[in-house]
Amino acid sequence: MPQFFDLFAYSFFQNAFAASILISLLSALIGTYIVARKNVFISGGITHASFGGIGLAYYLGLNPFLGAAVFAVLTGTSIEWITNKGKMREDSAIAILWSLGMALGIIFVFLTPGYAPNLMSFLFGSILSVGRSDVLLIGGLTLLTALFFLLAYRPIIYTAFDPEFSSINGIKVAFYRYSMAVLVALAIVVSIRAMGIILVLSLFTIPQTTALLYTHSFKRIVALAAIFALSGALIGLYVAYAMNIPSGAAIIFVLTLQYLLLKGIDLLHRQRRRNTAD
Amino acid sequence: MSKLLANIERVSAGYNGETVLRNISLKIHDHDFIGVIGPNGGGKTTMVKVLLGLLTPYKGKVSQPSGPIRIGYLPQAAQIDRSFPITVQELVESGLQGRRFWRPGPGKAQKKQIAQILHETGLSAYAHRAIGELSGGQLQRTLLGRALIKEPNLLVLDEPNTYVDKTFEGELYHWLQELNKKMAILLVSHDVGTISSMVKTIACVNQELHYHPSNVLSAELLKVYNCPIDVIAHGPVPHRVLGEHRH
Repeated sequence: MPQFFDLFAYSFFQNAFAASILISLLSALIGTYIVARKNVFISGGITHASFGGIGLAYYLGLNPFLGAAVFAVLTGTSIEWITNKGKMREDSAIAILWSLGMALGIIFVFLTPGYAPNLMSFLFGSILSVGRSDVLLIGGLTLLTALFFLLAYRPIIYTAFDPEFSSINGIKVAFYRYSMAVLVALAIVVSIRAMGIILVLSLFTIPQTTALLYTHSFKRIVALAAIFALSGALIGLYVAYAMNIPSGAAIIFVLTLQYLLLKGIDLLHRQRRRNTAD
Repeated sequence: MSKLLANIERVSAGYNGETVLRNISLKIHDHDFIGVIGPNGGGKTTMVKVLLGLLTPYKGKVSQPSGPIRIGYLPQAAQIDRSFPITVQELVESGLQGRRFWRPGPGKAQKKQIAQILHETGLSAYAHRAIGELSGGQLQRTLLGRALIKEPNLLVLDEPNTYVDKTFEGELYHWLQELNKKMAILLVSHDVGTISSMVKTIACVNQELHYHPSNVLSAELLKVYNCPIDVIAHGPVPHRVLGEHRH
């Protein structure tokens, strides 16, 4: 354990620690919105479609995360548009964008001459490779998202819950839903470097599912999810260090273990209450 | 002279180019209590969507000739996601949200208004419960509270008696009679027996709209109005439910 704390002397670990805190807060806000709207599959589509942007950016010699951001935002807003217009089955649209993004990513990476980027780092991520500029970017987006929730909490929730009633009440439904689609897409992209395309979605859903064991109030889910995400991220970092395993996988493993443990305790409590009632 | 609140004029509407409503017209005055009946897929909900401004008609227009009105809306229960993390109080309060981007929490007057609505709908004890913990009747009462909190001029209810027990149905109809003293009501229902026993007038919607200026309908008239229904007997009065329709 003392050796673990020695790691705080290194800037890479300070960055990883700061990124863990910021991503936990960001995922608590965005993930609760995703889970409340039952948009987990949509978010999976955004995550995987962003790989197309990574591949294209590599091919054009641009920053891969810029490409991922453009693809993610386009996918998020397109799915929102398809959902609103109802011109196509939503799940089919997601599946098409999901696999198209992955296919484009693979094609562009294959076509990139001379140098084949390390795909594993995008697929599985590494919070320990997060740089100062990444921390600032994640921090900026977390601040923007928190500010948006602080100012427009009610319309965000109302338009997520019942867009028709909100529209009748004069709320600009499209503004809030598209703004949230953009924030969801960007939150996913900035978290990819830390968690990777395959694992990032878990960070936006497992802490919320754990929080749902205790509350059904949106605000309380956000607060509890932030605590669960943060504890999962920090314990995961330690596990990754102690066992010398990839940090993203360790964090997801701890988050899942945390959920199973608390779910087990919850079931035991319920059983005991039932027995007492009998 | 009663005030004309909403005017649907020669409206044709539908989805994806397919016409569901053809050239329908309906005037809604204050203190009207209009029952909207018609077969499944005949266009009742489409008409409601056009009236609420949720669907732009292909042709015709909907206007509010006496100036902007406040509309309270009770959607079909099936449209509501009961697993959404929102409490009874938050749901009722959502009826107060307007155009403003930022609105602080409810002020003193609004808190009183919310408490009053929760009391009237018998939900004070459930204020902080998640909607997923409510029975069908309790959820409908919460949604009715949300529709009423802005004290609307026109209350639109889409199939309010689905998924609720007979006790709540009775309570609801009693409320509606009281509310009609203060506002116009448009009640969509597949249960023509219930409609005819409480509404003042009837609109039969089956692609076209036939307005019937009383609450008494004969089988012959329903044929003339192209509202195909079958006689069934349940409840104290034998009444009719609408037959299946291919749309």
